[in-house]
Amino acid sequence: MSSWVSALGDGATIAQRNLIKVKRVPDLLVGTLISPIMFILLFVFVFGSAIPVPEGTSYAEFLVPGIFAQTVIFGATVTGSGLADDMQKGIIDRFRSLPIAPSAVLVGRTTSDVVTNVLVVLIMTATGLAVGWRITTSPLEALAGFALLLLFAYACSWVMALVGLLVRSPEVFNNVSFIVIFPITFIANTFVPTQGFPTVLRVIADWNPVSAVTQASRDLFGNPSLAGGSGAWPLEHAALYTLIWSVVLVAVFVPLATRQFKRSAAR
Amino acid sequence: MADAVRARGLVKTYGRPSTRGRGGGVTTALDGVDLDVPEGTVLGLLGPNGAGKTTTVKILTTLLVPDAGEAQVAGVDVLRDPQEVRRRIGVSGQYAAVDEYLTGFENLRMVGELYHQGSRRASARARELLELFSLSEAADRPVKGYSGGMRRRLDLAGALVNDPPVLFLDEPTTGLDPRSRADMWELLQGMVRGGTTVVLTTQYLEEADLLADDIIVIDHGRAIARGTSDQLKAQVGGERVELVVDDAAHLDEVRSLLGRVAVGEVEVEPHTRRLTAPVEGGAAVLVRLLAQLEERGVHLSDAGTRRPTMDDVFLTLTGKRTDGPAGADDEKDGAAS
Repeated sequence: MSSWVSALGDGATIAQRNLIKVKRVPDLLVGTLISPIMFILLFVFVFGSAIPVPEGTSYAEFLVPGIFAQTVIFGATVTGSGLADDMQKGIIDRFRSLPIAPSAVLVGRTTSDVVTNVLVVLIMTATGLAVGWRITTSPLEALAGFALLLLFAYACSWVMALVGLLVRSPEVFNNVSFIVIFPITFIANTFVPTQGFPTVLRVIADWNPVSAVTQASRDLFGNPSLAGGSGAWPLEHAALYTLIWSVVLVAVFVPLATRQFKRSAAR
Repeated sequence: MADAVRARGLVKTYGRPSTRGRGGGVTTALDGVDLDVPEGTVLGLLGPNGAGKTTTVKILTTLLVPDAGEAQVAGVDVLRDPQEVRRRIGVSGQYAAVDEYLTGFENLRMVGELYHQGSRRASARARELLELFSLSEAADRPVKGYSGGMRRRLDLAGALVNDPPVLFLDEPTTGLDPRSRADMWELLQGMVRGGTTVVLTTQYLEEADLLADDIIVIDHGRAIARGTSDQLKAQVGGERVELVVDDAAHLDEVRSLLGRVAVGEVEVEPHTRRLTAPVEGGAAVLVRLLAQLEERGVHLSDAGTRRPTMDDVFLTLTGKRTDGPAGADDEKDGAAS
């Protein structure tokens, strides 16, 4: 038990260090903030002009939860690039030479990345409200929507942690994650309804957890899904499906990333 | 006296060859290294790049697990209880592992907190070390603006946060300018006087000569020689006669003349027109040589005797000069110490 407590305490120390960095290099945060704002504006005004929406709703209401999902997942990649960077600079070696729990550095990293994601979500919420997106449900449901997004992103952080430790170079990590995450967040119901997809793509989209996160937050914010309901199980039980994915990712990738951390020594 | 560090038969191979691996397969980084470091002494691990020095340090500091062998540091088994070893050591790696975006103070305080010193004590210790390492003025500035020497000092300070009885320094002065290097040496000598046991790797012979009580020369993953710097020098023979001829045309003539009195090989550096040879009887031999050369009308621009340097030791043992940039050239006056 006491080792758990000390792992959490050490994690907090390391999270604090990562957040100081965010504060000192605001460029980083500005970059992370500007791209979702840009996405919201581009999609609402460019795609929104061409995508038909039923009377009484707007494309913005459909879109914003999708952008939320994509953005928090990209936010989770910071975990991987941050660890790869620390590895390259020998800072991981320093941490590994200290008497701390092997998971502490990873706990700290993933925690600080959730904190920055919260900030990002706040900014995006403001932008969304400015372009006509509205929450029509109770505050409690809305909070649950945000919590679900952040939980899923947190689970993704642990996947990124493993990849970052394996790749060892922040540049390579960023290239790889960009190539992987773009299709994952686009072959989903994030930006357009999936009815028009070819069958194979549609099945992938239906079972893609990104679709479920998006669907669940749409439900919890009271936003339209624009689809007549595809009938796929993951989308009918979007919140549950998201929870299952989050739990499984954490259960699998926490031990894997921790094991990799113990092995990794910079050259 | 008890050994602060003891290792037997350390072996480490890397399964995946590095990008410049020789023909693929397995690279043997360490091939059975033993070492003993009595408390309060300094061991210098000397060798060229890729000899296995860093691998040795990584095993002793729990960062790497050896394929074979065993090691104890500060009385604790490295393989059985790495966490306890970590409480008793300080490590400063090959490059300054400090966080650029944190201030010097924040870097050290964080390390203190990770040693579970508590935030008040961690802060006090951080200030104390910053003072000791002449970083007080820069303490509250982000490390990004620090010079290479300042970063190194901060990194070394990080290794001392917990007052460890055993300190591991991997090439502590590589990449530093001569002035910063001299500052670093002074700091290290201060710590050793305070009773800290130090294991230090270096490519600089001068550094090993100056700081280490005992030296192990490592090459290709093996310890090829060990002893005090005097013992190692004795091992490669006595004094050297060094001659620099005015005219390169005389090199061959002087070489054969030197060869007759030398107790080892005559070394010739054509571009500097310098000849060096180990001899017995130093000054007397030199005087005779000078007379002979005078007779033959060979003019010299420099002549003298010197004691063997670590560079000579390395050359004799491995057949090659050190890779370190400080190697041959800085070593000229090394014997004066």
